[in-house]
Amino acid sequence: MTLDFTPAPGAAPLRRMVLAQAAAETRAILRNGEQLLLTLIIPVLLLVGFSLAPLVDVGAARRVDFLTPGVLALAVMSTAFTGQAIATGFERRYGVLKRLGATPLSRFGLMLAKTLAVLAVELLQVVVIVVVAYLLGWRPEGLVVAALPYLLLGTAAFSGLGLLMAGVLRAEATLAAANLVYLVLLGCGGVVFPLSAFPEGVRPVLEALPIAALTGGVRAVLAEGAFPLAPLGILAAWAVLTLGLAARTFRWE
Amino acid sequence: MGSPAVEVVDLVKRYGGLTAVDGLTLSASRGAVTAILGPNGAGKTSTVEICEGFRTADSGLVRVLGRDPRDPALRPRVGVMLQSGGVPPAMRCAEWLRLVSRFYACPLDVQALLVRLGLAEHARTPYRRLSGGQQQRLSLAAAVVGRPELVFLDEPTAGLDPQARHACWDLVGELRAAGVSVVLTTHHMDEAERLADHVVIIDHGRVVAEGSPASLTGAERQLRFRARPGLALEELLTALPVGSAAKESPAGHYIIEGQVDPELLATVTAWCAAEGVTADDLRIERRTLEDVFLELTGRELR
Repeated sequence: MTLDFTPAPGAAPLRRMVLAQAAAETRAILRNGEQLLLTLIIPVLLLVGFSLAPLVDVGAARRVDFLTPGVLALAVMSTAFTGQAIATGFERRYGVLKRLGATPLSRFGLMLAKTLAVLAVELLQVVVIVVVAYLLGWRPEGLVVAALPYLLLGTAAFSGLGLLMAGVLRAEATLAAANLVYLVLLGCGGVVFPLSAFPEGVRPVLEALPIAALTGGVRAVLAEGAFPLAPLGILAAWAVLTLGLAARTFRWE
Repeated sequence: MGSPAVEVVDLVKRYGGLTAVDGLTLSASRGAVTAILGPNGAGKTSTVEICEGFRTADSGLVRVLGRDPRDPALRPRVGVMLQSGGVPPAMRCAEWLRLVSRFYACPLDVQALLVRLGLAEHARTPYRRLSGGQQQRLSLAAAVVGRPELVFLDEPTAGLDPQARHACWDLVGELRAAGVSVVLTTHHMDEAERLADHVVIIDHGRVVAEGSPASLTGAERQLRFRARPGLALEELLTALPVGSAAKESPAGHYIIEGQVDPELLATVTAWCAAEGVTADDLRIERRTLEDVFLELTGRELR
């Protein structure tokens, strides 16, 4: 085979570059065992385990009706925040971000591709969780589609938080911190344990957490058929704050 | 096409108190191979990374294809091979090259390039499982897949086995023949001597010499031979034309410099015969780039 090295420089159209990068990132997430554990296996196990066994007091509601919205919120957090923070932290450490910076793919294009990859994985998570929940007897009050604004704003807020961490901390520190934050937010964000289980005094603080806003919003839509605006406001505030800070502090090398 | 491929004037780069690049000036012509040669820590990578747009200069002027090195318009026109890394460890060999190729309008055929660099049988191997040499070759492939006008190669043959080094050299030769400008850094003299049209030797962040390999090594030739140590060279010198030099370095190794012609050779062998020694391993050679390099940058390790 002959190769013609005669210069023929030119960038591909943005759409092609972004789709290629997004596909590569999606494959990377789905191929990574630890990521899959975090994004699919843990949420599904929590859903199945806590739905079948009476481990937590969820009040009058059926357990699966209470848990499914929380697990959907957890799925968003695991992909947009934990997974993305760790992956991006190591991409920075391995010089991948630097190397990509020498290609025609702009930073804007790279961020767009990362967002698309996160959304693709989240779509898969939502499908799996909804199917499992139905099999467990879940019957939502509202449409899953009505939860979209919460899931999308939650994705933005958690992506901002993940990128903020990945762009500042060393890769190992990001790994540790992202897992720690994941555990803490899983524990006190209303995912599995209702916020009513916590003392009155700390509840306002917990309610301001992005995970609590996301869980609360999705739960209101799916369990009560409501559409509260306060959680959307909290998530939007987190998104603006974290994405803004990440954009100012992110180090590419 | 008026401007050179790379033009650097009075470049200064400091890291804290350390001055890595200290008033460096160089120019790389279009369509030529320019080698930046220097010991470790001489400022090679800093200089190249400023030209690649990864770092900013503290002062000085840098123009790449006539533009500011950070100009995004340069990205499709310039291929980059980092000294190491740059690839996600779990990414498969062919997958990475295909991904990078998707960023360019008229990329080379990925499969053909993999075959050309001996990577076809590792197409599905994750990057982290490739040998060091295979990783280097993949980085080289990614640097050229977009059919750039100018390629920066930072120590392209570091860690390569002899076959892979030759494959890399052949590729650089082909790039040059196709009209691609190449700027590479190396601390292998033979690499610079063999590949480069223009060699820039830098040390302590400054240019200490530059020119074609031939002009750097000079037309001057040397006569070398081995014999028992301690021969009286003063006597030989009186017999040699004025301007010749003779030295023993190290013991038992003799070097005669000057106008090396049949007469000089005859004089030296006659003197050896008179001394009753057989000149072993007698040969006439040009100074190598390595000699020049060591003269300029010193012999001490750092």
